Amino acid sequence: MDQKVNILIVDDEEIVRDSLSSWLIDDGYEAVAAENGTKALEVFPSRAWDLCLVDLKMPGIDGIQLMEEFRRQVPDQLVIIMTAYATVDTAVKAMKEGAYDYMVKPFNPEDLSMTIRKIIEHQRLVRENIFLRKELKKQYRLHDMISKNDRVLEIFDLVRTVARSNSTVLIQGESGTGKELLARAIHEESPRREAPFISVSCASLTETLLESELFGYEKGAFTGADALKRGKLELAQDGTLFLDEIGDISLKLQMDLLRVLEQKEFRRVGGSNLISITSRIIAATNRDLKKAIGEGKFRDDLYYRLNVISITLPPLRERKEDVPLLVEHFIDRFNIEMDKKVEGVSTGAMRVLMEHDWPGNARELRNVIERAMVVAKDTRISEADISLPVSRKEGSNSKSLGDMEKDHILRILVENRWNIIRSAQVLGIDRVTLYNKIKKYELKKEVGV
Amino acid sequence: MKATGNMPVPDHSFDSARNQYHSTRILKEIVREAPHDSLKVLGVTEKDLCIPILTFVYGEAQLNGIGALVSLARLRQEFYGAHPDEDIFRDRLHKEALHELGHTFGLIHCSLIECLMHLSNTILDVDRKGRAFCRHCQQAIHSKIEPGRISRWTRR
Repeated sequence: MDQKVNILIVDDEEIVRDSLSSWLIDDGYEAVAAENGTKALEVFPSRAWDLCLVDLKMPGIDGIQLMEEFRRQVPDQLVIIMTAYATVDTAVKAMKEGAYDYMVKPFNPEDLSMTIRKIIEHQRLVRENIFLRKELKKQYRLHDMISKNDRVLEIFDLVRTVARSNSTVLIQGESGTGKELLARAIHEESPRREAPFISVSCASLTETLLESELFGYEKGAFTGADALKRGKLELAQDGTLFLDEIGDISLKLQMDLLRVLEQKEFRRVGGSNLISITSRIIAATNRDLKKAIGEGKFRDDLYYRLNVISITLPPLRERKEDVPLLVEHFIDRFNIEMDKKVEGVSTGAMRVLMEHDWPGNARELRNVIERAMVVAKDTRISEADISLPVSRKEGSNSKSLGDMEKDHILRILVENRWNIIRSAQVLGIDRVTLYNKIKKYELKKEVGV
Repeated sequence: MKATGNMPVPDHSFDSARNQYHSTRILKEIVREAPHDSLKVLGVTEKDLCIPILTFVYGEAQLNGIGALVSLARLRQEFYGAHPDEDIFRDRLHKEALHELGHTFGLIHCSLIECLMHLSNTILDVDRKGRAFCRHCQQAIHSKIEPGRISRWTRR
């Protein structure tokens, strides 16, 4: 036997405990015996038990109650119920409650040996399954991103290839699809990984602020510039500069940025010295840039300059197969952050998660799981723990996606008395995106609301 | 090695519901009655043996102890409705007696089918396994019986 097989025997009869444990020890197993349910519950957490042999009728906690308690603590715990009374009812009940097998005392030696061998084989297969799943997960993973969707896996492959180059990358995708995570993954995969990754959210800053944020300024460049400040372009030296929400920058700044990208050098605001750009640029947007070009809101030359390598992240509703994988991923992460031991979600909860459309994409899913883990009372997240902002079927028969999004955002805003931070949290999007949506759908706070 | 003579089977070892004898109780009695200078003691009985948890056993021994017990009942061909066969019976007794004594030397069941310490759940298992200890079990026994390493049993 490669590994010791741990067996816990629980029986109120001393002679049964002694003879069973000595028989098992003779056969090379590690056997520990407890005389009742209370003692068994004291011993139970001390190690991982491959098998628990539990007597059905014991004073105090009976075999079925004890098995339930074991399985509450370790849901996959294998339990064999032993009894001297061979009744079909108790056998059915034990199996229904999740017993792996049911044996009538005294056992035929051959039956006992075969059952234990079956258990060892079962355990071996479980361990192999866990190992293979871990191996498979590695293939589904790119740093902090995880997916088994073919389109996303192609993107992961592309990232591994393009990371080695210095070409500009344009990442497009809806809010919450993981554009910044992908940019970070490119950085981590690249030879620049030891240098800084600097992120700038273009939509959150005014034109002048963004200019000084990007290029920095010299002392005395303008009122209030009482010291030299290095811009993000300079701070990202030899590393990666991530320009998020690039579709939201003004036409003037677009022109400045284009010049910088083409000449590979820039000046600080109010400065005269040219500074070389040694960082790699990755830009991202949730806007349709081609449409913005058509509307004259985005420069086509900048678009083509940025769009050397183009990556479009699909929304979560188009890769529903990733929902269980992401759920597991978020649970693992929050278990560490919250010091919890949540093991998964119930079948009902998973069905609800699979049916939802996820307008806020993976970010929304992450928020839903985070909330569920806070409220979950059990080691498994139940359907009741899942709080989704809108009924899954509501209004889905006649409205377009845009209309539904507009209605939904308005409803959440009203429900949260137009508190932007809270509404953005509920929607699973950031504040800037919410402001953009309010602007896009021309949502207004009604008097009296 | 010496034969100590007959010893009655203790009454309290009989299980009337199963019409069998509780081997652990007999074994305890054998150990209690064993001479002071015994290194190992092997009991042989005609009675059909069982333990509370198993329907029958061919024998029982103290792991790392001094006492071992073997039942002849299920080693005879007659038990299985066949004609008596002295050779087969002696072969089985040889295997089971050494198997139980092996336990008293600390040996546990061996995964090799050719080894005497292989677990026998059926009479076919007894017949199938070899008549000698495998290399690993032999080594384990030798390490226990090196001069100076074996101590005489003292009754508690």
